[in-house]
This record gives sequence, C-alpha cells and structure tokens, in this order.
Amino acid sequence: MSVAGEQDQRGGINFARLLMSFGPLLFLVALIIVFTVLKPSFMDPINLFNITRQISITGLIALGMTFVILTAGIDLSVGSLLAFCGMVAAVVAKGGSANTLSLSTSGTQGFGWFAALLAAVVVGAAAGGVQGLVITRLKVPPFVVTLGGLTVFRGLTLTISNGGPISGFDASMRWFGTGLIGPVPVPALIFAAAAILCHIVLRYTRYGRAVYAVGGNAEAARLSGLRVDRILVSVYVIVGFFAGLAAFVLSARLNSSEAVAGIGYELTVISAVVIGGTSLFGGIGSVGGTVVGAALIGVLQNGLQFNNVSSYTQSIVIGLILILAVAFDRWLKSRVRR
Amino acid sequence: MSLAEASSPSPILLAVEGITKHFSGVTALSDVSLDIRPGEILGLLGENGAGKSTLLKILSGVMPPSGGRIIFDGADYHPSSPQDAKRLGIVTIYQELSLIPTLTVAENIFIGRAPIGRFGLVSWRRMEQESRAIIARVGLSIDPMTPVSALSVAEQQLVEIARALSLKSRLIIMDEPTSALTETEVQRLLSIMDRLRKDKVAIMFVTHRLEEASAICDRMTVLRDGRLAGHLDREGGPIALPKIIEKMVGRAASELYARPAQRAAAGDVVLSVRGLRTVRDPEAPHAIVLDGVDIDLKAGEILGVAGLVGSGRTELARAIFGADRIAAGTITLDGIKIAPASPADAIALGIGLVPEDRKHQAIFAALGILPNFSIASLGSFSNGFGFMAERRERDALAGFRKMLSIRMASAEQAIEGLSGGNQQKVILARWLARDPKVLIVDEPTRGVDVGAKTEVHQILVQLAARGIAVMMISSELPEVLAVSDRIVTMRRGRITGQMPGVEANEERLMELMALDRKETL
Repeated sequence: MSVAGEQDQRGGINFARLLMSFGPLLFLVALIIVFTVLKPSFMDPINLFNITRQISITGLIALGMTFVILTAGIDLSVGSLLAFCGMVAAVVAKGGSANTLSLSTSGTQGFGWFAALLAAVVVGAAAGGVQGLVITRLKVPPFVVTLGGLTVFRGLTLTISNGGPISGFDASMRWFGTGLIGPVPVPALIFAAAAILCHIVLRYTRYGRAVYAVGGNAEAARLSGLRVDRILVSVYVIVGFFAGLAAFVLSARLNSSEAVAGIGYELTVISAVVIGGTSLFGGIGSVGGTVVGAALIGVLQNGLQFNNVSSYTQSIVIGLILILAVAFDRWLKSRVRR
Repeated sequence: MSLAEASSPSPILLAVEGITKHFSGVTALSDVSLDIRPGEILGLLGENGAGKSTLLKILSGVMPPSGGRIIFDGADYHPSSPQDAKRLGIVTIYQELSLIPTLTVAENIFIGRAPIGRFGLVSWRRMEQESRAIIARVGLSIDPMTPVSALSVAEQQLVEIARALSLKSRLIIMDEPTSALTETEVQRLLSIMDRLRKDKVAIMFVTHRLEEASAICDRMTVLRDGRLAGHLDREGGPIALPKIIEKMVGRAASELYARPAQRAAAGDVVLSVRGLRTVRDPEAPHAIVLDGVDIDLKAGEILGVAGLVGSGRTELARAIFGADRIAAGTITLDGIKIAPASPADAIALGIGLVPEDRKHQAIFAALGILPNFSIASLGSFSNGFGFMAERRERDALAGFRKMLSIRMASAEQAIEGLSGGNQQKVILARWLARDPKVLIVDEPTRGVDVGAKTEVHQILVQLAARGIAVMMISSELPEVLAVSDRIVTMRRGRITGQMPGVEANEERLMELMALDRKETL
C-alpha cells in the first residue's frame, strides 16, 4: 500500500534502517568491548593481528562467496577446492608430489612461489568455471553441483597427494603466510586489499550492478539485456579464484599443503557472508558486511579461546550467533516494512 | 436479481463503523464506514493508495484497526489472524492466489481437514466426490484430482471461491479478481458471483475495472485518500461510470480515456514481421504458439495489438524481442533482416520491451530506483574501464523524472515504495534512456491507478511523436481505442483483423478477438 509505504521516505524510522546496515558492526564492537572487559590483554596488538591473520583465509573465500550469494547461488565446494588448489600450489612449488617433510629450502627443483600462486588461482578459477557451466548449461541447482564438487575436489586432492601432506616451501613463499609488513601480517594485507577491490567492483562497476540485478530478479535481468548465464558463471569463477588465493596463503602459512585442509570451511564462509547481511535469496548484501561478518566470527573464536572456552562450546556459540543474526535482520526488516 | 429482494432487506451482515488506521504518524484510513447484507455485492473502489488494501487487511485479520469498530453477524468482530477471520466466516481471495500448485484441486479444497475413512487414513474417494460437488457450485467440471498447477488462473480462482464456499463463508472478499482474466472468463466469474448472490452469500468486490463493477454491484463504496468519498446505489439500473469516476478521482470523467491530441502522420515502416511462427515448448504443450504472423510497424505510430489472454499477443512481443525461440518467419528492422537470439541482441538493435508482469519481469524489488532505471543502459552509463559514471546516470534519471513526472523521493528510494504508475514510468525511462527505434509495451497500465493511466497514455503518444515506433499490447479495449493510431486484433496466434484507430469500436474489435472465422487479411 502506497500510503503505508510513503513513510519510508520521510525518515521517521531511519533508526531501524541504520540498525539494519550497521547491526553486525555494532555487534562486533560490543563483542570486542565485552572480551576486553573480561581480559584486557585481548586488546593487545599482537592478539588483534593474530585475529586478522586467522580470519584472512576464510575471509578471502567469503569475499568470493559474497558474489555467489548475491546471485542467489551457493558454493559448498570451497573447502575442498581450497585443499585441491593448495595441493596444486605445493606440487608446482616443489616440482613434485613426494610427501617430503624436509624443511631445507635448497635442493628443490620447484618453480617458485609465483608459479605456485598462479597455478592455485588458475586451477581454482577454472574449477569454479566448470561448476558454473554445469549450473547454467545443464540447469542443475548450484547446491547440487557444488555438493558434488565438494567430494570431487576432495577426492582429487587425495589422489594427487596420496593422502598425505606436501610440506616444506622456500622462504619467499612462506613470507605470504607468515611475513609482516611493519606490524601487520601479510595475509591480513592481502585480505584487506582483496576486500577493497571487491567492494569497488560491486559498488562502482557495471559488472557489480549486473550481479545485484541477476540476483534480485534473473528474468527481469534477462529482459533488460543482461547475459545472465555469463554473469552466473563469472561469480563461480570469482569464488574459485579466491579459494585458490586462500589456499596459497594457507599453505604458505602452514609451510604445508594438507589433504584434509579446509574441511568445513564452506560453513564458516557462508556464515560470515550471511551474518554480514547478504541475503541468501540474492540481490541484497555488501562486501563491507562480509568483512564484518568474517571479523565477527574471528573475534568470537579468538575471544572464547582467550577465555578458555572449549572449542566444542565455541561451535555452539557461533551457530547460535548465525541464527540470531539472521533472525535479527528479519525482525528489523519487518519493522521497516510496517 | 437482488433488486427484487431489496423490498425485504435482510439484516446487515457486516458493519464497519468509523474505522481509522495510522501507520507511525501516517493516516491510511480515516473514519471509514460501510455495510453489507447477505445476498449483496458491494463494490469497493478507489485509486491506488485510497486505502482499499488497508481496509482489506483489517477485515481479513492481517492487522487491527487503530480506531472504530466492526460488527459481523451481530457481534463485535476483531479477528486475531487471517485464519481466525476465516473461521468467523470472512474469506479474502487475493490477486496472488493461495492454492498450493503441486497439490490437486481436491487436496487444496480439503487442506487441513481431509475426510477420514477406515483405519484413520485419508479417504481419497470421499474427498474426490465431495470436491466434485463443491467445484460444481462455481460451474467447474474439471477432474478434482488435477494438480492445481495445470489449471488456468481463472480456474484456480474458481477453486479458491469454491473452497471458501465449502468453509461456510458468509462474506467473500475478492481483491481484483478479474485483473488476470480474459473477457470470457470475466463474464463467467460475474455470472457465478450473481449465482452466489442468489444463495445469500455476501460479496465484497474490490476492483479497478469500473465496467465490471458497474455491471454486477448492487452498491458501491468509494474511497479516496483514505477517506470515504461516498456510497453509490443502483437506482433501477447499473451505476453510471461517470458517477463512479467522479467519486474516485474527484474530477470529471471526460478526462479519463480522452484520446490524446492529434499527432503527426506515421513515417516509414521500421519493423516488419512476416510469417512468424514460434516453437512449441514440450514442457508446456498447451501454451500458445504464433502461427504465421504478419505485422508492420511504422515510425511515429502507436500500433495497438488487441487480443484476449492466450491470443498470442505477448508471445508476439517476446518473439520479436528475442525472448522466445522462433521456428519460422522473418523479422526486418529498417530494411535489414534480424534474428535476435536473446533480449540482449534485440536491445542492441534498438528494440525495447516493457513486459506485462511488472513485478516478476521488470522490477528489481530489492534495488533502488537508480539501478532499476539504468540496468538496460549500463554500457552508456559507464566508462571504458567498466566503472559506472554515476553523475551522468543521475542526471539522466533526473531528466526523465521531470519529463515523465515520476513522483519519487530520491534516486536511492526503493522502487517498491513507488505506486504502480510511478514504477511503470521508471521502467519506461529505462527504455527511453536507450533511445529505442521500437518500443513494445505489454499491458502498460496494468496495476496502474486511474489517474496515472492517462499519464502513461500521454507518454506513449509523446514517444510516438518523437519518431519511436510503439507497439502497445492491451486487453483493455477503451485503452486500445484511445491510444492507437492503428489496431490489429489477434486470436489463437494469428492476426485476425486490422484497421485505423478512428474506425474501430469495441464491438468490432471484440468480434475479431473472440470469434472464430476466416482471416480477412
């Protein structure tokens, strides 16, 4: 009803609107305050940088996942794809798939960190592209395609690594996981740079507009002249690319690519995106929200650990927060609509 | 008819007394009163935003009023929920039907109260038999075991009415029931409403279609700007349209479908279609396919395409626009053969389409007005690196806002917050930003209130005056007659007639649209 709708324009309930866009951020700030009160050393710069390093891996994938969820899609394969890309990066870096645990940086016939990075992101993007093509050409729902991908990529990982880890990279590669620029961990910088880039793409480019439009109403997007299928494929390429990048950083940090890496990451990643306010129905959401969502999960995990809460309890709390965040979002929207 | 029965008036079934509704400071309804008796059809009319929807929501238990009282069947009525309202005997049938498409007709009718047979299991046989009797009351003779998704919109509506009757409803509120129906389906619905009236059911008929309201309603209550504009009574004959319109809009009716000022003669043929056929979709074997359509569209003219639902008029638009596959035939644009394989191709060639179902095919409800406006012109509103040129984009929107007098608060405002008419203007602006050669508009004033309809018509005439070839598809004949320079009629995927707008009248068009006969072209 338009009479009821007009009140939105007058700003009478801007408070609810404000809460809607900044709710997760306020919650994040509140959490930080609570943890600091409980244990002032939580605010120690070393701990804070620790958190940024922790969230950067899932955070990178969450950036890509934001694109996917904005189109009302989902990608469950990212954890397995991360392991696969990590293994590919290790093979390229080491020049073979022998499960060596030699920490010596000399005597390898590998191709160096750049080739490893390139291999990881190209394989990730290509794997995403294949899934995107199956989704659009064969009209299989993303949930099913990427659920299949989840087991396929894990199987491929185990196949090329024979089930074990591939470890021991040279210092130049490890720098991407453990290095510092000033006091700031390199993974956090990579995450920050990627987040800014994604924000710019979604907010200021025609491609970003197209992503929102396809997620908001695919049929209207098609009838407005958008190549909907291409855009859908592209978002799976993007999330695959970020899974590859995250894999490279994770391998560099651990100095090892594990066949069991990334198990369950898809859930953390999707939680970060959803807590950040991106709608699973598509068309609504932002990179800023995802960064806050990822930070929220990171702060929660770290803070609970800091206060000696068991990891069992941690997962209970994080699950409840996810549900509460979405419930809160729903409640605010119903208030705004009234 | 109920006119004869008016001499012995039945007691009032529902009395609404001084109802008021505020939404955080805004008054949506102010001191509205009405009443309805058993065996009576009351029309509830008013422009969009007049308060009809708010009143419906109160009556159907979606929300409580802020003030005033409602008496139903002699007792105070304040339903706590739509289910409660139903239980008390008031059923509301909305435009968006509430049947479950995957279930059968019988299952839908008996949902939540399936007849139980031996062993406490559902008795399918009884359910089928009883359903058959129930749908017969609304003149349906379909198999009750058909899934609802296989029915037409009109049939689904009848099933919903039948379900309401089987629930012993005393008052049925119908919200715009005819907006998605063809002319014959409308006639059938009206005759069923008449039958229900004789069965002493009270019906509240909410509609935009004044002709239908006038034909069937015993009385009318008209709202304007949230207030009661007046009650109208049948005085020995149907309530006259000008009287209704005057109450609704508060201005004289002569402005309503006034033929816009004369315009320049049409130019050369821009779009030419020959022998166009479309592919039969194996998943929808009953869908209409084009069966050899020839059509010419000239620069600067408005070609009206009149046809009932299922005549192929929308399919024609979609085929030209590259949205549906073509089996045979040629499309020529400016003398060059084209074969758009997708809307993107057609758009690049200079064709635009304002689709019939605004909500599902045109609007991005989650987005603001600005991205809704510019979505078809992202290329021209961005630089070589793919960055949006937002200044240019906003300036363009501001220009169209003025030209089309779009009433909006800001470019950021959610498009859903606009009235139907203003939404439609934003969609028109979307295409005008591309400066198209051909603009196809499908049901351009559906869900648009009376005042804004004229504005949309004026806009179409302006566009034609600028040399755009406009093809207007509409099922509202007064609209086709008011706006078109030339009119073609369609039936069963074929063109059945063609004439200049000034020579056409409703009877002639209806005959060509509705009757089977040999093509005269």
